[in-house]
Amino acid sequence: MTAAATTPGDATRPQERRRREWPSTFALILNNRLAAAGLGILAVIILAALAAPILPLADPNATDPANRLAPLFSDGHPLGTDALGRDMLSRLIWGTRVSLLVGFSASLIAAFFGSAIGLVAGYAGGRTDQLLMRLIDLMMAFPYILLALAIVAILGPGLINALYAIAIVNVPFFARNIRGITVGLARREFVDAAKLSGKGPLRILWSDILPNVLPTIVITLSTTVGWMILETAGLSFLGLGAQPPQADLGSMLGDGRKVMFTAPTISLVPGLMIFLIVMSINLIGDGIRDALDPRLRSGAMARPSFRTKVARERKVPMDRGSRKPVSAGVSGGGHPPLPAGISPTRREVDRSETPPPRDLPPCGGSKGRARPAARPGARQGRGECLGTDRAAGENGNDPAEAAILDVRDLRTDFHMGSEIYHATGGVDLVIRPGECLGLVGESGSGKSVTAMSIMGLVPSPPGVIAGGRIGFKGEDLAEASDKRIRHLRGGAVSHVFQDPLATLHPLFAVGDQIVEAIRAHQPLSRRDAEAKAQDLLALVRIPNAAQRMKALPHELSGGLRQRVSIAMALANDPELIIADEPTTALDVTVQAEVLRLLDELRRERNTAVLFITHDFGVVSEIADRVAVMYAGRIVETGRTEEILTEPAHPYTRMLIDCVPVMGEPERRLDAVPGRPPAVNRLPSGCAFADRCPRVEADCRSGEIPLEEKRGSLEARCLHPLQPGEALLDEAAKIHHPEVLP
Amino acid sequence: MSAVAPLIEIRDLARTFGGGRTIFGTRKPQLTALRGVSLDLVQGETLGIVGESGCGKSTLARMLVGLERPTSGAIRLDGEDLSSSGTKALARRVQYVFQDPVSSLNPRQTIREILEAPMRHLLGLGRAEREARLKKLVDDVNLRPEFLERYPHEFSGGQAQRIGIARALAAEPDVVVLDEPVSALDVSVQAQVLNLLDRLKRERGLTYVFISHDLAVVESVATRVAVMYFGAVVETAPARKMFQAPLHPYTKLLIDSAPVPNRKRERPAGDTGELPDPYDPPPGCPFAARCPRVEADCREAMPPLDVKDLGEGHRAACIHPLSRQ
Repeated sequence: MTAAATTPGDATRPQERRRREWPSTFALILNNRLAAAGLGILAVIILAALAAPILPLADPNATDPANRLAPLFSDGHPLGTDALGRDMLSRLIWGTRVSLLVGFSASLIAAFFGSAIGLVAGYAGGRTDQLLMRLIDLMMAFPYILLALAIVAILGPGLINALYAIAIVNVPFFARNIRGITVGLARREFVDAAKLSGKGPLRILWSDILPNVLPTIVITLSTTVGWMILETAGLSFLGLGAQPPQADLGSMLGDGRKVMFTAPTISLVPGLMIFLIVMSINLIGDGIRDALDPRLRSGAMARPSFRTKVARERKVPMDRGSRKPVSAGVSGGGHPPLPAGISPTRREVDRSETPPPRDLPPCGGSKGRARPAARPGARQGRGECLGTDRAAGENGNDPAEAAILDVRDLRTDFHMGSEIYHATGGVDLVIRPGECLGLVGESGSGKSVTAMSIMGLVPSPPGVIAGGRIGFKGEDLAEASDKRIRHLRGGAVSHVFQDPLATLHPLFAVGDQIVEAIRAHQPLSRRDAEAKAQDLLALVRIPNAAQRMKALPHELSGGLRQRVSIAMALANDPELIIADEPTTALDVTVQAEVLRLLDELRRERNTAVLFITHDFGVVSEIADRVAVMYAGRIVETGRTEEILTEPAHPYTRMLIDCVPVMGEPERRLDAVPGRPPAVNRLPSGCAFADRCPRVEADCRSGEIPLEEKRGSLEARCLHPLQPGEALLDEAAKIHHPEVLP
Repeated sequence: MSAVAPLIEIRDLARTFGGGRTIFGTRKPQLTALRGVSLDLVQGETLGIVGESGCGKSTLARMLVGLERPTSGAIRLDGEDLSSSGTKALARRVQYVFQDPVSSLNPRQTIREILEAPMRHLLGLGRAEREARLKKLVDDVNLRPEFLERYPHEFSGGQAQRIGIARALAAEPDVVVLDEPVSALDVSVQAQVLNLLDRLKRERGLTYVFISHDLAVVESVATRVAVMYFGAVVETAPARKMFQAPLHPYTKLLIDSAPVPNRKRERPAGDTGELPDPYDPPPGCPFAARCPRVEADCREAMPPLDVKDLGEGHRAACIHPLSRQ
C-alpha cells in the first residue's frame, strides 16, 4: 500500500465530474418542456382530488331534481348540474379521485404481478419460461376489453372488481417486457459472479436482477397508467365499474350520454378531465422514458450526422507551401475567453449546409475558454517541428507533395455537457504511397478518433473537428464538400474495422455487399461488378470464392469475415486504407494470415495504410513507421525497428516493457504506474509527467514540441532516453511490484 | 503425472449443447463443445490453458466452478466428485475471475456489497469478521478502503479487475480459475494485474488455472500448459518444454503465429484458420485439414492424448508429431 495512493482530493473528482456531465433524472424530465407541462397539469389535478374532502364542495351525491341540468357557471354550480341535479364540479373532483385511485392501483398490481412473472420466467428459462409465457400468450390472444368484460362478468360488477379486471388484463404487458430484459440480464457475467458468491436463485433475482430491471418497470408503468385509467373509465361507462350513486369519470360519461343532445356539457366535462389526465400522464411517461433509457440518454437515437462537424473557427496550421499562416488561422491569444453562458457548440456550423468562405476572419473568440493558454506557444513549436520534418524528407523533394495523407495539427473535441474533451490535441501524420504507419496507443489515447476524423466519421454531436488540416493528396478534407467526401469514402480512402460482424450487413450476402461497394463508385454493370467482387474474394485468399459470394456474414468464420472486409476495402483501388485494430478480434493464427495478406496487398498495389493497434508485436510485422499516441497527441514517431529497440520517449519504453514477449518468459514486467490524464483536464507541460520515472521540474510547464532526437526518432520529451540507457535504476526497480493507479 | 496426489482430477469431461428432439419429433442439432478432456491440477501450480476461440476452453473453465454441468465425465476435488453438485459446493474451493472486469460487477451494487456476498453466503461470517476480512482483502489487492462504498462504473478496467480478483478471493478458495483475466485490459495495466496475481499466489498458496489466447502471457505465468483444439486437449507439457519444443503441429502453428515485437519471422502461409463443423465433427484428428504433416491414418480416428508421451508430463495427441530439435 505504500505505492502511491492518489490523494483524497483526486478521488472525489471523478464523481463530481460525472454529476456535472449527467444531470439528474429529475432535471432531465423537467428539461423536457412537454413532460414538465404534463407534470404541472397532473400535479394540479392530483392536488385537487386529494383535497376533495376539505374543499368547500357540495355533496356529490345529493340530488336536487328542481335544479337539474343547470348550465355552466350557474349560481352555486360553476360546472352546472347533471340530470339528477347533482353538482358537476363536486362530482368531477370526487370522480377524478376515484378514477385516479383505481387507475394507479390497477397499474401497481399489474406491475407487481407482471414483473414477478417476467422475472421468474426470464431467469429460470427452460420449461418454467415456456409454461409461463404460453399462459401469458393465451391471455394476450383475447381482445383486452373482452377479457376484462369476462372477468367482471365472473366477479360481478363493482369498482373493485373492475380494478382486478384491469390489473389482470395488463399483467401480460408487464410480464413480456420484464421477461425480455431479464433474459438478457440473466446471462450477464455479474449474475454468474453472484452464483459464485453462493447466492441462491431467489436472492439473485431480488438483489442482483431486480435493481437492474427497476428502471424498465418504472418506464413501463409510466407509459401504461394513462391507458389503465382509460380502461377503468371504459368499464364504468358500460356500467360495470363504479355503481350509482358513486361518481367516477367513466360513470359520469355514461350518465351524460343519456342527455348528450340536450346538455352536451355533462359528458364533455368528465371527457375533458379524462383527456387532461391521460394526456399529462403520457407526456410524463415519455419524459421518464427519455430520461431513463440509456440509449436515448447517450444520444444513440439522435439522427446520425453525415460527417463530423467542423468548427467554423477551426485553426488551420501553416500552409506547407507558403510557410505562412492561412488566414483562417489565428493570430494569437488576443481574444478574451467566452463568457460562461455562451456555449462554444453554438458556433459550430454544419458544413453540409453552409461552407464558410476560407478567408473569413475568425468570428467570436477563437480562443474559447476550452483552449489552454499554452496553445499559442504550441503553434510556434510545431512550426519549427514542421520545418525539421521537411528537412528530414527522405526523397529530397518536398515530402508533402509525395504524401498521400498529410494531417497537420488535427484537433478533435468532444462536447459532453459543459465539458470539452480534447480527444486529439494536435496530431501530425504523414503517410506516403505504399507506406504503412502504425498508430499505437492505449485505449483513450485518441488513436481511433484520429483515424475516424480523417473521413469525418466521428459522430456529431458530440464530436467537432476544432482545428487542423486533413491533407489528402493536397486537398484539405475538412474543407471538402459532402459530395466529395462521399466520393472518397470507400473509394480512394477505405476503412477496415475491428469487428467485421458489426460492419458487414447481417442480412445480405457478402458478395452483394461487395458488389454494392463497387457499383457505388464505378459505372459497372451488375455482372461485371460480380465478376470483380469474385476476383477480390480470391485476391484475399478466400477458398471457393464463387460459393462464398452467396454466404451471409454469420456463415463465415471470423478470419474469413475480416478478409471480406478487406476485399471490400480494396474494391475501388483505394490509395489509403485506414485499418482500425483489424486483427484484435481475431485468433492468433488467423491474425498472422490477415496481417500477411494486408502486407502483401499494400506492397503489390502501393497502397498507403494507417494501421491502428495497441500491440507492438503486430506493429513490427506490418508497419514501416510507428507513431505512439498518448493523451491525444503523438509523443514519439520513427522507423519501426528504431522505436522498438531504442525508443527515446520513456512512455514508449514503458509500453514496450510492460508486455510479456514470446520466448522471454523470465522477463520482468514493469507496470506503467498511474493512469493517463483526463483529456478535458490536461496538465501543462508533458501529459506523461505524473507517470514518468525521469520527470524533472521543467517537464511540468510550457509546451513540449515533437522534436528530432536521433536517427529517425522524433519525440515529445525534454529528457529522452539515450541508446542503451535503462529507464529505471536497478535499485528503483525492486519497489513497485504492482503500482496503484 | 507426479507422485503428488492431484488437487483436481478432470476425467473424460464432455459437454454437448442442444440435441434431443423438438415437440414435433424432429432432431435438434447437437453441438459438441468439449470432447472428453482429462487433466490433473496439482497443488500450487499454474496450469495455462491456451487455444483459439471455439476450442472449448471457456466451457471447461465454467465447468470447473460449476457454472456449467458436464454432459459426462467427472471433476474430482480431493477425490470427491463434484461435477454435478452445482456452483455452491464448488464455489467454496474453486473461484473464478472473469474476462470482462466491468460486466462481471453488478452496476447497482457497491463494492462492499459485492465483496461481502461470498463471505456471507459461502462462509457464513458475521458482521465484525466480515469487516476485518474486507479490510485485509482490499489491502491485498492494492485498493483503498474508501473504494468500498463506490459503484463499479467509477473504476477503471484495471481497478475493476482487481475488485474481481478480490471477489474471487473473498471466499478463501484453494483454486482460482482465471478466464482471460488480462485480455480486456490495456497493455499498461496488464502487467499490474499479472504481478498482483503472482504475489497473491505466493502469499496465499493458491493454485491457478490460467486461460488465455495470448501465448506470451501464458508463457510468462504458467508452470504447465495444456493446448486445446476443437474441444480436446492436443498437447500438455511443462511450460518451458512446450514453448521450446512443441510436439503437436497445432502448438507449433500457435507459437509461430504469435506476433513478437521486432521480429519479422517467416510466417506460415496458406493456413485457412478454419475449424471443422462442430455440428458434424470429423472422425479423425480435427486438425488434419490444416496440418502440414497430415497422413492418411490421421483421418481415421481421433488420436488420444497419450499417443506420444515423452515422459515428464509432456504428451501430445498426434500420430506424427514434430521431432525434438
